[in-house]
Amino acid sequence: MELMKFERNRRIKKLAAWTWSWVATMAIATFGPEFIWDNHPFMTQFAIIVNFANGILIILANRDLFNHFYELEKNIHLESLAITLGLAVVVGLSYSLLDSTNLIKQNAQIIMLVMFIGVTYLTSILINTRRYK
Amino acid sequence: MKNKIRDLRTAINMTQEDLASIIGVSRQTINAIEKEKFDPSLPTAFKMSKLFELPIDQIFLFEG
Repeated sequence: MELMKFERNRRIKKLAAWTWSWVATMAIATFGPEFIWDNHPFMTQFAIIVNFANGILIILANRDLFNHFYELEKNIHLESLAITLGLAVVVGLSYSLLDSTNLIKQNAQIIMLVMFIGVTYLTSILINTRRYK
Repeated sequence: MKNKIRDLRTAINMTQEDLASIIGVSRQTINAIEKEKFDPSLPTAFKMSKLFELPIDQIFLFEG
């Protein structure tokens, strides 16, 4: 049991480390062309590739952590993922439709969908965790 | 699914934490199983069957 907790915590730390480095490489790829390497195309491509590779490592670390969840936690996360995926598709396409039909003034931005996914996933986990208490 | 986990556990003076530790799941999982809000996986059911020395169908009561 202690070994399982240790292994789980190790994976949480690994996921956190990859997430932070992904955020850092995202910031470098976003602001680097203008503030660090004066729009040099090779450096920009390199920064984007590094950020993408880092993103893949987050996905692998997340899957590794998921496979070490206890069965109830796995169930909670699966239900939350199902709700989040469904809502992301439905809300994302409705949002895009609002933009293409000019029913909203501002342009639809992917960052809004990313934030929506994050908030939905977190809320779903909190609700599902309460359900099983 | 109905089950007798709480009765079997308390009969041998075992806490949820103890049972969770032996079975290899979280205490919250044991609590959810006892409250019949969550059905355990087959490996967990077999581990409980072995621990309580009872067949699975005497611990878990399937109502199809």
